[in-house]
Amino acid sequence: MSAAKTTAFDIKRSLIDTILAGLISLIVFGPIVGVVLDGYSFNLEPKRVAWLVAGVMAGRFVLSLFMQTARGQAILQGFEGGGSGVHVLAPDYKSRLRWIIPALIVIAIVFPFFANKYLLTVVILGLIYVLLGLGLNIVVGLAGLLDLGYVAFYAIGAYGLALGYQYLGLGFWTVLPLAAIAAALAGCILGFPVLRMHGDYLAIVTLGFGEIIRLVLNNWLSFTGGPNGMPVPSPTFMGLEFGRRAKDGGVPFHEFFGIEYNPNLKFLFIYIVLFLVVLAVLYIKHRLTRMPVGRAWEALREDEIACRSMGLNHVLVKLSAFTLGASTAGLAGVFFASYQGFVNPSSFTFFESALILAIVVLGGMGSTVGVVIAAFVLTVAPELLRSFSEYRVLLFGVLMVLMMIWRPRGLIRISRTGVTPRKGVAP
Amino acid sequence: MSTPILELKEIDVFYGPIQALKKVSMHIDEGETVSLIGSNGAGKSTLLMSIFGQPRAAAGQIIYRGIDITQKSSHYIASNGIAQSPEGRRVFPDMSVEENLMMGTIPIGDKFAGEDMQRMFELFPRLKERRNQRAMTMSGGEQQMLAIARALMSRPKLLLLDEPSLGLAPIVVKQIFSTLRELAKTGMTIFLVEQNANHALKLSDRAYVMVNGEIRLTGTGQELLVNEEVRNAYLGGH
Repeated sequence: MSAAKTTAFDIKRSLIDTILAGLISLIVFGPIVGVVLDGYSFNLEPKRVAWLVAGVMAGRFVLSLFMQTARGQAILQGFEGGGSGVHVLAPDYKSRLRWIIPALIVIAIVFPFFANKYLLTVVILGLIYVLLGLGLNIVVGLAGLLDLGYVAFYAIGAYGLALGYQYLGLGFWTVLPLAAIAAALAGCILGFPVLRMHGDYLAIVTLGFGEIIRLVLNNWLSFTGGPNGMPVPSPTFMGLEFGRRAKDGGVPFHEFFGIEYNPNLKFLFIYIVLFLVVLAVLYIKHRLTRMPVGRAWEALREDEIACRSMGLNHVLVKLSAFTLGASTAGLAGVFFASYQGFVNPSSFTFFESALILAIVVLGGMGSTVGVVIAAFVLTVAPELLRSFSEYRVLLFGVLMVLMMIWRPRGLIRISRTGVTPRKGVAP
Repeated sequence: MSTPILELKEIDVFYGPIQALKKVSMHIDEGETVSLIGSNGAGKSTLLMSIFGQPRAAAGQIIYRGIDITQKSSHYIASNGIAQSPEGRRVFPDMSVEENLMMGTIPIGDKFAGEDMQRMFELFPRLKERRNQRAMTMSGGEQQMLAIARALMSRPKLLLLDEPSLGLAPIVVKQIFSTLRELAKTGMTIFLVEQNANHALKLSDRAYVMVNGEIRLTGTGQELLVNEEVRNAYLGGH
């Protein structure tokens, strides 16, 4: 009896759902589709509206019926379940990632052979945002310090390459570590005054910091070129350039190796280096979360007072989070600048900070895998949606709202492998 | 008598213009259980926190094992043998019991983590049952046990407890105090700040009574238990 009850369809409920959906779609589509402007007058097109509404109603009816089946129930449960908070895994838990990561690496190696330049640039952008997301994830996701001016460190990295080339003649490889250090120092400088702040206040101060950096870049015409931006040199491989002809009588890359000139070579090179850097950052981050400093960050996020009563130096913990997060953004900035070949302040607006924060929030605070996925979704999706370019931000908003309803803890909930003492405790 | 493990000499503490502690002097000897009782707002928690330099004493001296720690930073104090179970428990909500205990080993490193954790599980068998559970999902009493155990993980010379009975059912309070008694028997020096004067006085060797930021009375636990003034003010004629 009870089994029959669960499988029987509640037709009445489905019909009510259908009628409600129909009414809403009538309200939404009626004025938009039903009234077509024709010069100064307009034509009513009730037929089109009727078709659309009928389609929506039929779809809602089918969906409603499906959700009452066992499979549909399971999907609903998947959305609602999960509870809150951090999921603690057993210490000896082996995740499925063991298989996925080598597969992804293989795909990443094979990918450039099939990709055209456009696809390659999209993936490079995706990887840059992965770096940014991973960096901000340390600050926001692990240490729980809401940073709205993260783009400042990104700008420092990018302008580090441009200015270093302009005034000191530094190249890509010299600037890569220097930019990370410069951004880390900037993170430290920002970190000191905001040590006592939490939540909203911290967010406002960091927001201000981000704007200060952007405004300085924008207005210091004699030094940074202001809104006109600055050129950025192409990267080199062991001193070999990727252009058709090398400057100063050097030998370009393709001639040295005796291959045909290919304008994609520069992007291919950036892609490879960036991919290696992302892998390195992923590995370092993975190790950090298992080290005492990683645990200290999470403890700081959970309860600062308890942290301090336990003898943690909260100054060091906070500064290390800011510094490491910032240096990752500095690296991303260098890649961004050499990928674009040009930097100007309009690439470093508040919207960028918000986008990076969205990556962290969508991906699931503190979850590495989630951040990687979210970074790709949020950078690749706008490219795929180029034909709907006007609706991109709308789509973005809808995605965020849906996420917050169904997955309030992000795409992939943070899960931590439990910690056990070295000398095993008797079970 | 040997020198006390912790000695407070006439400390003054201010919150802005308000003086919370007025020339408070007290001492705790090694192996003793000392409690501080008083009503709401008397300055008990302030006293405990000012040992950690939060807030800092404006005048006077705090001496811990012969060293003046009045101006030392909180983390220095916490990592040199004074452990605290803060008011309101403050366990890490999203960490498991074992991870919370591991956080307690920060001052000394995880050399003894295994055996110490075993010791904690003997002291608080309930924690062993819940070892992989997230702290947030445990009852208040279990969280309090966890907070005390976490403080003990750093092998402290002196254990400071801020209101371990806060918001707990009477039966759980009884359990916690009996565990504290066991702990005191092992030679641990305990400084207990409590509102529940009845339990606290029965447990302690000596006690101080604080009123409006001043130490009003002092004596052994038994003396204070039968003291007329204390009985009327804090024990409600029990």
